[in-house]
Amino acid sequence: MEKRVQFSSRWLPYVLVAPQIAVTLVFFFWPALQALYWSVLLQDAFASKTHFVWFDNFKALFQDSVYISSFKVTALFSALVALSGLAISLLLAVFADRVLRGARAYKALLVWPYAVAPAVAGVLWMFLLSPSIGVIAYALRSHGVDWNYYVHSGQALLLVVVAAVWNQISYNFLFFLAGLQAIPASLVEAAAIDGAGPFKRFWTIVFPLLSPTTFFLLVVNVVYAFFNTFAIIDSTTQGGPAQATQILVYKVYQDGVQAFDLGGSSAQSVILILIVIALTVLQFRYVERKVQY
Amino acid sequence: MSKKGMTIALLAAGMLAAGSAQAVTEIQWWHSMGGALGDKVNEIAQKFNASQSEYKVVPVYKGQYDESMTAAIAAYRAGNPPGILQVFEVGTATMMAAHGAIMPVYKLMAEQHEKFNPKDYLPAVTSYFSDTHGNLLSMPFNSSTQVLYINKDAFEKAGLNPNQPPKTWPELVKDAEKLKAAGVPCAFTTGWQSWVQLESFSAWHNVPFATLQNGFGGLGTRLEFNGPVQVMHIQNLANMAKKGLFTYAGRKDEPTGKFQSGECAMETTSSGSYANIKATAKFAFAVGPLPYYPSVKGAPQNTIIGGATLWVMTQKNPDVYKGIAKFFTFLSSPEIQLDWHKSTGYVPITLAAYELAKKEGLYQERAGFDTAIKELTNKPPTPNSRGLRLGNFVQIRNVIDEELESVWSGQKTAKQALDEAVKRGNELLVRFQKANE
Repeated sequence: MEKRVQFSSRWLPYVLVAPQIAVTLVFFFWPALQALYWSVLLQDAFASKTHFVWFDNFKALFQDSVYISSFKVTALFSALVALSGLAISLLLAVFADRVLRGARAYKALLVWPYAVAPAVAGVLWMFLLSPSIGVIAYALRSHGVDWNYYVHSGQALLLVVVAAVWNQISYNFLFFLAGLQAIPASLVEAAAIDGAGPFKRFWTIVFPLLSPTTFFLLVVNVVYAFFNTFAIIDSTTQGGPAQATQILVYKVYQDGVQAFDLGGSSAQSVILILIVIALTVLQFRYVERKVQY
Repeated sequence: MSKKGMTIALLAAGMLAAGSAQAVTEIQWWHSMGGALGDKVNEIAQKFNASQSEYKVVPVYKGQYDESMTAAIAAYRAGNPPGILQVFEVGTATMMAAHGAIMPVYKLMAEQHEKFNPKDYLPAVTSYFSDTHGNLLSMPFNSSTQVLYINKDAFEKAGLNPNQPPKTWPELVKDAEKLKAAGVPCAFTTGWQSWVQLESFSAWHNVPFATLQNGFGGLGTRLEFNGPVQVMHIQNLANMAKKGLFTYAGRKDEPTGKFQSGECAMETTSSGSYANIKATAKFAFAVGPLPYYPSVKGAPQNTIIGGATLWVMTQKNPDVYKGIAKFFTFLSSPEIQLDWHKSTGYVPITLAAYELAKKEGLYQERAGFDTAIKELTNKPPTPNSRGLRLGNFVQIRNVIDEELESVWSGQKTAKQALDEAVKRGNELLVRFQKANE
C-alpha cells in the first residue's frame, strides 16, 4: 500500500520541514561540530591561547588508565541498569496484564516514578541511603552492616543502579504492557488447551513474541544508562569512591565544566557521539526490521 | 533548559531595571554564597549602594564555585563578563593565567588612586593571591582555614578532658581509642580531605606540596606530596580507618553532618563551619587547632587558607573600574569585616578588623573562634606555606580524592596511592603548562 503523501507543489514540503531542520542544525549539528573542532585544540579556560594539536587529546585519553576504567564502569553500569530494569518491569507488566480488579489504579501507580526527575530520584535515594542521614542506612548499621558508600565502591554502584532502575521502570513497564496486550489471546488459549502451564506458555509463546519490544527497550535502556543518569550520579556519588561510579558522561562534565579542560572533554564527547551513532545503527538495522514478524 | 530560560528572563528583567535608573553605573557581582551567606552578601551590597549614589553593586548568585566560574568564562568568551567574580582558591592559577581577562587588584587600585596598602591585610591571606613580586591580584573576601572540632559531651563520657582537644596526631589517636572504647560509633572524621590532610597538612609541617615554591615559581611546577611526612600521615589515617577510629564520610562537607548529629566525636574541617555547627549541634563543642606531629621539625608552621577571593574582570566601561575600586575600599573597612567575621565564621581579612574583634572581646565571648586566625598567623609564611598555585587544580583534587579513597578502603597503601596521585596529577600539570605557554 502506498503510504506516501504527494505534494503538488515542489517547494511546499521543504518549507514544512524547514523549522525542524533549523532546530536540528542550531541545537544538534552546530554543537556537535563545535565539539569536533574543539577536540583537536588545546586551549586555556578563557581561550586566550589556543593551540592546534591534531589528535593529541584522543591519544592522551586512550593512554589514560582512568578513562579506560571509566569505559568499564559504564559497561558494567549500563548492563546492570538495562538487565535488571527490564527483568523487573517485565515481571510487573506480566502481573499487571493478569490483574482484573483495580488494574487502572495499579498501572497508574507504577507509572508514577517516571514523573520524577532523575536528579530528584537521586536525592530521594540518597536520603534513604546516605551514611550520614539515611533512614535505611541507619537500619542497616544497627543490623551490623558496614554501610558507607563513600568508601565501599560496590555499595556506591548499587545505589546509583537502584536509583536509575527505579526511575526507568515505568517507561519499560508501559512498553511491555502494550506489547503483552498486542499478543493475540487465541495463541495463549490454544496453548492452554494443549495443556501448557503458565511458565511454559510464557517462555515459548509470550516471550518470543515480545522480543521486538524487548530488543527495542534494551537499546533504549542502554542509551538511558549512558546519557540520562548523569543527574542521579551528580546528586549522589559524584563519580566516587575512587571512580567506582564515574561513567563516561560524568567524566565529560567533570573535565569540561568543572575543570575547564575543553579540548579533553570535547574529545570525550566525540567518542560518545560515535557510540550513539553505533547504537542507532544497531537499532535501525536489526530492531526496526524484525518488528515485522 | 528551564534554568537557562529563567536566567535569561532574570537578566532581561535586570537590564530593564538598569535602564530606568539612569546615570548610575552598575557593577555585576557574581558570587557563590548560598543561604544565610548570600543574605549577608546582599546586605553588604545594599549598604554600599546606600552609602553613595554613583555606583550600584548588583550581587547575583551563580551557583557553586565551579558553576559561577564556568558562567563567567562563558560570559567572557561571549564578550560580556561581570565586573566582580568570586573565585575559589583552587581556581587561582586559571584566573592568573587568563591574560587579558582579568584586571589585577593592585593595578586597579593604583590606577583609580584608591588608598590601598597590602600590608593592612593578613599576610597568610594575601600571600596566597599575590604574584612572585608580592603584588595582590585578587581581593580577599571569604577566607577560612582548617580547625579541629570536638564533641565535649563525648569526651566527658570517655573520661577525657573536654577542654583539651588533642594537640598532636599521636594524642588524637589515643583519644580516638578511648572514645571508641566508650562506645562512640565514629571517633574521628574529616571534611575536605585533600585540603585538610594533604594541602594544609604540608604547610603546617613546612614540607613542600609541589616544586617551584608550590607552583608560585612558574608553570613548570610538579607535585611532590608523596614525601615521607605525608606518606606517614596518610598511612597513620589508614591504620586508624582499619581499627575503626577514622570514618571516611565524603569528599566535601558531608562529614560535618556526622559531627553535627553527634555520631562523630572529632572532625577536622573548615573554620567556616562554626556557625553551622553552633546552630544545629545539641551538645557542647570546642574548637582546637589542626593537630601536628611533634616529630616533624618546624611543625607547626602555619596553615593555608581556603575560601574565595574577588577577581575583577576586564571591562569596556572605565567607570566600572572606579566603582569596583571604591567598593573594595568599602569592603575592607574594619566595621564591614568585623560583621562578616562575626556572622559567618570566616576570618577577618584585615589586621584592623582583627584588632577590633579583640577589643570588643569577641574571643572571650566565643571560645575558640580565633583558632583559625591564630593558625594562619602562627609564623611568617615560608615557600612551603604561602599557599598553592597549580593549574587544573580542580582535577588534581579529584585525583587526590580518588586515590585517598582507595587508601581508606584498603585497596592501596599510602605510599602507592600518593605516588599514583602525584603521577596522575603531574600529567594534568603538563597539560596546563602546554595550554598556557
